[in-house]
Amino acid sequence: MKKYFKDVSAIVWKDTLSEFRTREMLISMFMLAVLILIIFIFSIHLGKVKAIDVAPGVLWIAIIFAGTIGLNRSFLNEKENDCIFGIMSMPIDRSAIYFGKMTGNFIFMTIMEIFIFPVFIVFFNLPIQNIPGIVLITFLGTLGFTACGTLLSAMSAASAKLRYMLPVLLYPLILPVVIAAVQSTGALLYGKQIADIMSWLKLLIAFDIIFISVSFLIFEYTLEE
Amino acid sequence: MENRWAIETKKLKRSFGHIDALNEINLKVPYGSFLTIFGPNGAGKTTLIKILSTLIKTSSGNAFVNGIDVAEGGEKIRSKIGLISHNTFSYNNLTPYENLKFYGKLHGLSNLETRIEELLNEVDLSQRRRDPVRTFSRGMQQRLAIARAMLNNPSIIFLDEPYTGLDQHATKILTGILKKLHTAKNTIIMTTHNLKQGLEVSDQVIIMAFGKIVFQKPVPEIISEEFEQIYFDCVEKRK
Repeated sequence: MKKYFKDVSAIVWKDTLSEFRTREMLISMFMLAVLILIIFIFSIHLGKVKAIDVAPGVLWIAIIFAGTIGLNRSFLNEKENDCIFGIMSMPIDRSAIYFGKMTGNFIFMTIMEIFIFPVFIVFFNLPIQNIPGIVLITFLGTLGFTACGTLLSAMSAASAKLRYMLPVLLYPLILPVVIAAVQSTGALLYGKQIADIMSWLKLLIAFDIIFISVSFLIFEYTLEE
Repeated sequence: MENRWAIETKKLKRSFGHIDALNEINLKVPYGSFLTIFGPNGAGKTTLIKILSTLIKTSSGNAFVNGIDVAEGGEKIRSKIGLISHNTFSYNNLTPYENLKFYGKLHGLSNLETRIEELLNEVDLSQRRRDPVRTFSRGMQQRLAIARAMLNNPSIIFLDEPYTGLDQHATKILTGILKKLHTAKNTIIMTTHNLKQGLEVSDQVIIMAFGKIVFQKPVPEIISEEFEQIYFDCVEKRK
């Protein structure tokens, strides 16, 4: 078990070191998220619509679209110089590759979210309240997104036919996670407490567990061309 | 009974859709030998190496590496082997030192720093240890790949067209390392298109065509001047 965690952490170390050297992915993700927020701000008539009604949806659209950039790059980076075969030729459990890549993706998305939240609050002029609740929802939503997205990213990178199909495969699958995240973020922004959104919270946790378990079981097969 | 074979395959088959990349391959490679596999593109050489190094699965038949079935003992096999391909498996944004550190961590090696220094010296890259790999020439990247494959002191080494795109310096280093490994009784399986190079370093050769072994002989029994003709005859005959 100790070796397993060391393998996972080695992959996370490699991914973060590689990304922080160029910051290409983080900058692209952040720029796209900001751009989406700006487009929505200018296209919504905030005199007719209450910002708090549309803000949660806009926020999660920005997170999901920007996150897809990261997921797309995640395994395509491993295709460069056939590095994926380098990792596969190591004496490690193949599921450690999944958890390593998923953790890396989660870290990059969390960093992007830390920068995007203040922009979101300012753009939509929202009250700063229920921060722990919003952090919890964002954590669970991002976990579900990266758990499912990392598996599909590996599949799309392994197959030439699926190379550009990641969003088409990913978005329908993560719809329950996104709906739960949008609804609970909205409720929290309206001043409700965590106890009031327990049903959404349970749904998020359930989908996170399902995505992680299924990915753990089938990841090895997605690596074969 | 003690296992005599470093590599053994029995009726090994691998198909991609309706194409048989490997068709009932029976192969026995004793410990300490250097086997070179020749064959045209699409002959199944890379597929064989990928199966033996547990990167892909078999469709039917069996393959054993170090006496361990590839279908069951993937991790055990991978801890004993080294793999060098024409692709280098190195990360362009990382330095050679960081690349080796990453792969060394996955091997679970102790004394990693010392081992990395040793290998970087051996492949003549210690001067460039802090430069990103993206600034390296193809030859330098392949030398790094050699160092990576040697990290765990493998007893069985697979090389898939390792000479592709190498400069003379890297070719000389690779040939030197291969000869040294062979002298140290390591088992080496190499695929290459370069008939001369292959004959020079190995002690037995096979020729593959269309997923089958069509020629197999120890190198001392081959007249090197005639080998090119033998190769073309074998490959043409299968068409």
